Amino acid sequence: MSEAYIRLEQLTKRFGEFVAVRQVSLEIAKGEVFCLLGGSGCGKTTLLRMLAGFETPSEGRVWIDGVDVTDVPPYERPVNMMFQSYALFPHMTVEQNVAFGLRQDGLGRAVIAEQVRDMLALVQLEGYGKRKPHQLSGGQKQRVALARALVKRPKLLLLDEPLGALDKKLREQTQFELVKLQEKLGVTFVIVTHDQEEAMTLATRIGVMRGGEILQVGTPTDIYEFPNSRFVADFIGSVNMMAGRLSVDEADHARIDCPELGATVYIDHGVSGPPDSSVSVAIRPEKIQLSTERPSQKDNVISGVIAGVAYLGGATRYLVRLPTGFLLKVTEPNVLRHEAHFQKDEAVWLCWHGSAPVVVTR
Amino acid sequence: MNLASLKRAAQRLLPSGGWYVIAIPYLWLLLFFLIPFLIVLKISFANIALAMPPVEPVFVWTQEQILQIRLHFSNFGFVFGDSLYIEAFLTSVRIAGVSTLLALLLGYPMAYGIARAPSGWRNVLFLLVVLPFFTSFLLRVYAWLGLLGRSGPLNGLLLHLGLIHEPLQLLQTDFAVYVGMVYSYLPFMILPLYSAIEKLDLNLLEAAADLGCRPAQVFFKITLPLTKEGIFAGCLLVFIPAVGEYVIPALLGGPDTLMIGRVVWDEFFANRDWPVASALAIVLLVLLAGLVLLLQRIQAREEAT
Amino acid sequence: MNERRSLVVLSAMVFGFAFLYLPILAMMVYSFNASRLVTVWDSVNSPTIAWYRELFDNTALLDAARLSFQIATTNATGAVILGTLAAYALDRYRLFKGRGAFNVLTTAPMVLPEVITGLSLLLLFVALEQTVGWPRGRGAVTITIAHITFSMAYVIVIVKARLATVDRSIEEAALDLGARPWKVFAVITLPLIASAIASGWVLAFILSWDDLVITSFVSGPSSTTLPQLVFSKVRLGISPDINALATILVLLVTTCVASAGIYMVRAERRRLRDAQMAFEDGV
Repeated sequence: MSEAYIRLEQLTKRFGEFVAVRQVSLEIAKGEVFCLLGGSGCGKTTLLRMLAGFETPSEGRVWIDGVDVTDVPPYERPVNMMFQSYALFPHMTVEQNVAFGLRQDGLGRAVIAEQVRDMLALVQLEGYGKRKPHQLSGGQKQRVALARALVKRPKLLLLDEPLGALDKKLREQTQFELVKLQEKLGVTFVIVTHDQEEAMTLATRIGVMRGGEILQVGTPTDIYEFPNSRFVADFIGSVNMMAGRLSVDEADHARIDCPELGATVYIDHGVSGPPDSSVSVAIRPEKIQLSTERPSQKDNVISGVIAGVAYLGGATRYLVRLPTGFLLKVTEPNVLRHEAHFQKDEAVWLCWHGSAPVVVTR
Repeated sequence: MNLASLKRAAQRLLPSGGWYVIAIPYLWLLLFFLIPFLIVLKISFANIALAMPPVEPVFVWTQEQILQIRLHFSNFGFVFGDSLYIEAFLTSVRIAGVSTLLALLLGYPMAYGIARAPSGWRNVLFLLVVLPFFTSFLLRVYAWLGLLGRSGPLNGLLLHLGLIHEPLQLLQTDFAVYVGMVYSYLPFMILPLYSAIEKLDLNLLEAAADLGCRPAQVFFKITLPLTKEGIFAGCLLVFIPAVGEYVIPALLGGPDTLMIGRVVWDEFFANRDWPVASALAIVLLVLLAGLVLLLQRIQAREEAT
Repeated sequence: MNERRSLVVLSAMVFGFAFLYLPILAMMVYSFNASRLVTVWDSVNSPTIAWYRELFDNTALLDAARLSFQIATTNATGAVILGTLAAYALDRYRLFKGRGAFNVLTTAPMVLPEVITGLSLLLLFVALEQTVGWPRGRGAVTITIAHITFSMAYVIVIVKARLATVDRSIEEAALDLGARPWKVFAVITLPLIASAIASGWVLAFILSWDDLVITSFVSGPSSTTLPQLVFSKVRLGISPDINALATILVLLVTTCVASAGIYMVRAERRRLRDAQMAFEDGV
């Protein structure tokens, strides 16, 4: 990132005793789609509202395109927001809704009409201009809200759970449309969501939040493959999390004793932690392979018994009981039709590559 | 949140004159609601005088420039000493109480019927309950003057049916006051009951019946307890205005139907005794406030358990 | 529903509605009665519209009606302005000092016996006249002030209930799109609560139009409102022209309420149809 388009400096927001956002610093580049991901009450919405200007930070500054906007009221910020409830003006038509922001800027009638028409075309709502919000379906409302927020060409568009109110099928379709639109207009997006799949699909970078703090910032791949904490590893996707003790730590490999696995986990890179320290090892279920024969590799091989099978269509999820009693989640893609599945109570071998485990210390 | 940041937030989000939004109605209520009370309180401790206004001052600057406060408790002594006033209070509570009970007995099944009516009917019936509220209260009370008169339709009907042989004295009795009270305040009883009954989950009743409850038991064990809040609200809405009612006892009641509203009125207009009228008002107010607080406490205790 | 209970409910409803409406109907019928002895039906000369004619010749009554109408209109407007401000303050400013006291102050006038409100306001007006010389005497001004004070409480309840249902993010969206706070209030909030304000206006109007007790305390010799006139008349017994007056008022109100009711049912149906349309349109 060469220049920071949006910069948050040590942003803190307190409501009485409660600290909603704690010392958040963040830089977002122009044209990025940045997702704030976290559970409810993690402070992501408060952070978004501080960007919009609805909340005043207790401490810290907000910079947008080189201007300190911390004390700029929402109606003067070059920022627009798409609300979770869409917040369409119920007493105005679609056209009037979209035109509202332009009117506040005192643009001429003809200019407004033209821009509204173009915007409605962009979100494929031609012919709906005269309708009132209650005459629209959920998907249509969502697109009106988007059009209304985009028509002012904001420097930054904030989206609060943009797809949260749509059903699953519609959500997938809308995700791609949203990405296409963003690429076309080049507007910087900050999206708040609790849905990790939504974050993975939309974002160029994700910030995972908990307790008012950002735990990790990175690309979707970074966040998934290299989580920096137990929380992030656990929050994004499914994971097997084991406690362990760092026994060998060289430059090119490391070994961790895992009592729960009843084995030592081999890792193909150094972790540079203090020797003998307690760590956690995270292994994603799809990175573990099952076989009836003992695999040829030397390290990272253990045996177990299938304790549960769940056929999910695209993949099958197994629960494997280890001799220690520990239950390990394993996902196998269903590459072939009529593939021979493992049966319950079948004895199996499990193995994984040396790059699969992730070591986290917090 | 400190005051500065609060102010900043208010300036940012709300109309810039935000503080006036609070100040204007607040000042209005202080001036025309709270201060008048304090004046009533003050005058209830004053002495009657032959002047306009007919009271002696309470706060007096003496010649030595000392503020002298002359409080006379005699008005309250008078109020509590005279059995007439005590009786007026008791009569008010009795009439308001009985009227509330009657309104509840009539209003509950009505509210129940409306809430359970087919949805097309429900709005019409609801409107029919509300409609009298919009027509003049005074004229509706007046209507009973004609109906209950010696030569009025009710006596006519009873005579015609042979139930009585000479017209009954219906007007200027407590009976007429009860009729007028229930008639005037019935809508206030029905509205909260209606919304409470309408909210009731019908599945609960079916579940109770399914578990072997007889219909009467379902009513007393499920419906009634779950609509308690509506009953509470309805009774309060009827009782409170009924206690201080003036028009109904004045028009329909007899000379011995002494209700406190009427006594305050008479003390004020007929006897021009402002201090005693004020003292009566204060006592009535304390009575009502005590009642409301008591009910609130009962409600709070029930919620706590 | 079991038979016995439905019988109880049904008879209560029949009796209750008869109880509510028969007196009004009787009054209307007797307004066409030629006999001066109101309750004795003069079958020879009835029906007659003589009482209605008399009503419109009665200048004292017409003056009182005009005064009542003026006061009720001014009161409703004032109560709506103050009540809306107060409701807005209570709904939006969660943290101001004295909010609790303010809340009590706004609801108390509703539960207070009218004799107390009337008495206390009169004492205030007398004290004010003595100390600052205003208001000079009692009349339309003092009546209006008194009415605003007690009817604004009802407006507050209605408007506050509506404000609570308004999605705050709608107002924030308008701010976000560049509208200044006062403009947001004018073009977004106000239209959204307009129907509640209208209901509040009508209610305040009726409360004022109907009020006798408070008015009697704070009115002066030159200002007699319609309820005062009616009361002084009916105190002496029934009078046929009051029947005629009641009939006119009842019909007027019924027409208004019924048309409002029909309008609301229509609007609801239209809304349902629109929602249906949007649903069928899909995405």
